[in-house]
Amino acid sequence: MKIDMIGISKSFGKNHVLRYVDFHLGNAEVHALMGENGAGKSTLMNIMTGLLKADAGQIMVDDKVVTFNGPKDAEEHGISFIHQEMNNFGEMTVLENMFLNKELKKKFGFLDESAMRSQTNSIFHTLHINYDLDSPIGNLSVGAQQMIEISKAMMTDAKVIIMDEPTAALTTSEIRSLFETVNNLKARGVSFIYISHRIEENMEIADKITIMRDGHTVNESLISDTSIDKIVTSMVGRDIGEFYPDRHTNYGNTMLSVSHLTRVDKFKDINFSVKSGEILGFSGLMGSGRTEIMRAIFGIDPIDSGDIKIDGKIEKISDPSNAITQGIGFVTENRKDEGLILDFSVAENIIMPSLQELVKNHMIDENTKDSFVDLLIKRLTVKTDGQNISVGSLSGGNQQKVVLAKWIGAGSKILILDEPTRGVDVGAKREIYDLMNELTDRGVAIIMVSSDLPEIIAMSDRIAVMYEGSLMGIVDNNEKVTESDIMTLATGGKI
Amino acid sequence: MASVKSVEEVVKENKSLMSKVSGLGPVLALVVLALLTTAMNPSFLDPNNLLNLLRQVSINGLIAFGMTFVILTGGIDLSVGAILALTSALSAMMITSGVPTLIAMLVGIIIGGILGGVNGLIITKGGAAPFIASLATMTIFRGATYVFTNGNPITGKAMNNSFVFQFIGRGYFFGIPVPVILMIISFIILYILLHKMTFGRKTYALGGNEKAAFVSGIKVNITKTWIYVISGIMSSAAGMVLISRLSSAQPDAGTGFEMDAIAAVVLGGTSLAGGRGRIFGTLIGALIIGTLNNGMNLIGISSFYQQIVKGIVIIIAVLLDRRKKA
Repeated sequence: MKIDMIGISKSFGKNHVLRYVDFHLGNAEVHALMGENGAGKSTLMNIMTGLLKADAGQIMVDDKVVTFNGPKDAEEHGISFIHQEMNNFGEMTVLENMFLNKELKKKFGFLDESAMRSQTNSIFHTLHINYDLDSPIGNLSVGAQQMIEISKAMMTDAKVIIMDEPTAALTTSEIRSLFETVNNLKARGVSFIYISHRIEENMEIADKITIMRDGHTVNESLISDTSIDKIVTSMVGRDIGEFYPDRHTNYGNTMLSVSHLTRVDKFKDINFSVKSGEILGFSGLMGSGRTEIMRAIFGIDPIDSGDIKIDGKIEKISDPSNAITQGIGFVTENRKDEGLILDFSVAENIIMPSLQELVKNHMIDENTKDSFVDLLIKRLTVKTDGQNISVGSLSGGNQQKVVLAKWIGAGSKILILDEPTRGVDVGAKREIYDLMNELTDRGVAIIMVSSDLPEIIAMSDRIAVMYEGSLMGIVDNNEKVTESDIMTLATGGKI
Repeated sequence: MASVKSVEEVVKENKSLMSKVSGLGPVLALVVLALLTTAMNPSFLDPNNLLNLLRQVSINGLIAFGMTFVILTGGIDLSVGAILALTSALSAMMITSGVPTLIAMLVGIIIGGILGGVNGLIITKGGAAPFIASLATMTIFRGATYVFTNGNPITGKAMNNSFVFQFIGRGYFFGIPVPVILMIISFIILYILLHKMTFGRKTYALGGNEKAAFVSGIKVNITKTWIYVISGIMSSAAGMVLISRLSSAQPDAGTGFEMDAIAAVVLGGTSLAGGRGRIFGTLIGALIIGTLNNGMNLIGISSFYQQIVKGIVIIIAVLLDRRKKA
């Protein structure tokens, strides 16, 4: 099946997310869709699958104009979307998840379990996979759940499967078998739209690539006609060289060091330290334990053994409030979940960790609060119409600046940044990098967890790489370190 | 360029005007309700009737102020009526056996705080849903009241002879009923706590996003437990006013009071999901319920119908609130 999207436009309020975008998916092809966060990929896919309606433009399936009024319409045309966050119900069995809301029924509405079993088994057979249908789906690995998502798509006779970051949480061998399945299905005439930030992966699996930037399609080409450099340049819209600021380093004392830090089943025997003025990058695949270490240092999760030393003294950090007193700040990877209260104003969010500093005579002093917030808004150039605008109405980049403002306001000496530029547009990214430089110049120690390899390499002074809960090594970041070195360590190899 | 900007500004002004007006929704409802009642029976505006109305509102008001904190965190406290009954029975027993009134009442209120703390610990340390936790403690506290009183009212000469005891429920201070004064003082204290002190910011943050509040260094469990303590204190304080007005402690006192308190909070515009609302709204909500009761009595609507009307008013308020959000 082939799909042509022509002249698609979409805006949310004043924000034009898509402007006259063209997208052409051919029959039995794997089509990579790339672009920075906020380039408009998700919106385009949501329009293709009927979740959103375009303001203008046409969708044609096999040269016939179609209108999708909802996800059901798209599904009937054989378009299936496998979201990055899979919509599985972990407590329910594989079989129940397979047929959720599509249960096969006998007379009087009784469930036809045997029919559902045999149908599932035959799909599993064509995909060369085999899972226990009666075990809760939450017990399976992420890779297995991904395969089951594909099975679900096959069950609806999918002719086009959209995959959003399917490999983000997969091990190397799981990625192998996913690619095998994709190629397998392609041979049977299924087309894929493959959304992934990993350029090398796109080069390997895709036939064609479309690159989006700021709501436009900037490039469509055959994979065989392009290169990684060309892709990056058209994604960012300028030469990557100027994308990252230079680092000047001037280290002071060791601010934080951890030894033999262990949390059972999450990470084991972690040793590292970070100095004043230093940026220590933390790399590794999702689920490798990076975030879990940071959560433990910040007192969100308990540790089973090991020591945390701050300024040379062993400290027991029981909860975040305690960590903040020790001068630690934590920009969590999930801004909306743990970083901000979206309904609350910019000011209310910024003052949260610093409430006690604003108290005069037992009450919050409004003048102190206003000038405190104003100063931080100016310093971080948060684009907002005032302190009292709700944070949820700001762009991703400005939301992230508000989270940073919280911790800079709290006077953090050790700043942990978990995916600091995820969901942040290119301009704001650069501002965040500049801010990191400014902070280290003032002697702040930064730990930056990031899945973005170019970012890790450009910004870190040293790079710690995690693999399945172990620290594989800490690399001095000189010019010789390459992305593939880091990737080798992150997948359990040695350099 | 200039004209474009001014259009945007006008839109912005309108928006802020709208938000101000929508914040005044409960006040508007109260005014309309008062006007309607006056139209049907002008004696509504009689000063004596108004003071009487305020006195009737005071008990629900006290409980609802505490409930506001609980609901702002996204929680609920169903045990307020039972805490009222148990602590007022305990204080009444102390008074009849010779303990000075003020001390007896203070002890009752402290016990109310402790019972609220029990709710808080079950919810924070035990991880129980507030609805279930307070539903369970509601029956426990109510049962304890029956055990303690043997199901009989507690009354005695000591109550009638104590000036302080009589004063709290039935006295006047510069012509204003004492329960009303107690309600106003409590309102001011809790208003400051909620809107001027860090405790209030923490309360809102808990209801807005508990995880984000925790990561921002707010001691979630401690704050939450204190909030249930406040609710317990306010309930038992209301209990003291009640026994003084009735000159006795009834084992079934306060039955259903949790519903009136929750209704006052919700009518006042506080979101049951937490994070949004004001204690001033709760005061207005309690006044709306009081005006409804008082007005329907004045007009002569049977108490059977009154319940139906109250329910309908709550549904209308909630539907209007939902539309406002959408």
